[in-house]
Amino acid sequence: MSLTRRTLLASSAAALAAPALAQTQGKIVVIGGGFGGASAARFLHRMGLDVTLIEPNAQYISCPFSNSVIAGLRDLSQQTFTYAALERQGIRLVRQMASQINTSVRRVTLADGVMISYDRLVLAPGIDLNFEALPGYDEAASNLMPHAWKAGAQTMLLRQQLEAMDDGGTVIISAPANPFRCPPGPYERASLIAWYLKNNKPRSKLLILDSKDAFSKQSLFTAAWKEIYGDRVEWIGLSGGGKVTEVKAKEKIFVTEFGEHKADVGNVIPPQRAGKIAISAGIADQTGWCPIDPVTFEAKLAPHIHVIGDACVGGGMPKSAFSANAQAKACAQAVAALLRGDNPVEPKLVNTCYSLVKPDYGISVAGVYAPAKGLLADVQGAGGVSAANAPASVRAAEAQYAEGWYKTITQEVFG
Amino acid sequence: MKERKTFRFATTTGGALTALLFCLCGSSLAAPQDVSQSPPGASACLSCHGAGETELPSLKALSALDIETAMDAFRTGARDATLMNRIAKGFTPEESRAIAQWLTTQGRAP
Repeated sequence: MSLTRRTLLASSAAALAAPALAQTQGKIVVIGGGFGGASAARFLHRMGLDVTLIEPNAQYISCPFSNSVIAGLRDLSQQTFTYAALERQGIRLVRQMASQINTSVRRVTLADGVMISYDRLVLAPGIDLNFEALPGYDEAASNLMPHAWKAGAQTMLLRQQLEAMDDGGTVIISAPANPFRCPPGPYERASLIAWYLKNNKPRSKLLILDSKDAFSKQSLFTAAWKEIYGDRVEWIGLSGGGKVTEVKAKEKIFVTEFGEHKADVGNVIPPQRAGKIAISAGIADQTGWCPIDPVTFEAKLAPHIHVIGDACVGGGMPKSAFSANAQAKACAQAVAALLRGDNPVEPKLVNTCYSLVKPDYGISVAGVYAPAKGLLADVQGAGGVSAANAPASVRAAEAQYAEGWYKTITQEVFG
Repeated sequence: MKERKTFRFATTTGGALTALLFCLCGSSLAAPQDVSQSPPGASACLSCHGAGETELPSLKALSALDIETAMDAFRTGARDATLMNRIAKGFTPEESRAIAQWLTTQGRAP
């Protein structure tokens, strides 16, 4: 493939859809078709730009609401999306794994050997579970003690194990240190599994072993657990001996510095890092995540590559679907400006994450972010969690809003 | 202002509503919006307040002034909300006005 810049927009329907940008030249490649990458592809293409999306899977199975699938409250089909709408829109979809990025000549090599050059690359590889970080926990172990932190077969495995468990059993979830995908996720999962146990296996218990002493929406979760689940849910933080140092998958044992905990169903949420290609291309730093410029999302370690979603770091934004989608829009604007030769406008970013404590009990965290001192920093005075002593009607409304958010964002990204 | 408007935007006057509905005719709801000209923060609104009907309040029938007024009331605390008060505090009145104006250009026929 040629490395020269191309002008492919002259007669495309996309150019007609966005005449203001029709003169912009440049070939954009997006790696990864999740909430970040698929959004970026759609918004960049909508601006009249030439976009190729590289994504090996025919379907996307979404993590938000997958905890409801684990608890038997939802079908996996409600989590499953295709790229048909993106293709209809005119986005070039390449169904391959991107295996290499040559940053100096701006070229991506696919698993089948095909090479695709770019002027700007949007990298949205999501997370890789770090199977080297926790002794005893590798991919084989995840078939016995699922992580269910990438939705799909793992989600269903955890659900099936819960359904097969005898009443009176113990479910253990281990949660990693920060940062990781979906900070409130382990605690929503604990809540909804507790709901399942309360209604189906009332003599059973749930234990959370945590590698940290504080977690997202902690006071709200803790109060709700006490109110709804009583002694059924127990949380042990870092200073109480909650850090898991090893797992013995065959025996379903979690080893901590303070002793061993044997589970009937064990869910290990392991440490994570940016998707493999970001690591192999040298775009991630020693922490395993990709530092970015807060205005353009351009990687600090490689020019012309913009990293969005769970793989990037650089401030206070949590690794969430909402963040990835919001970053995709801001990044698309910046990339379009850069290709025009304009200065990108400083963005403001928003995140909202809903969690369910039970089906009709929702809580949320929100934040507003702006570039400051090289980071996407929290805007002071904004953001925070749901009110502590809100009535049931407010919790019910937030549970409804969670559903509304999911419908809206998945429509925007995949619909 | 703290009566039961908590979960619902106040509807606007009949005239403004009619004008807006007219503008919304003929729009395509399938394609994503063009965010190339969106002011800071505005594009994120669409992740919850999109083109379709959901459990969340729709912005489609609101004028720019309605949205700006709501954002101001959320920011000052004059109006209750489950979440919007936390977000509105992250934007100045000027930013909120720009967002409100841009939002009412979305989903309209060209």
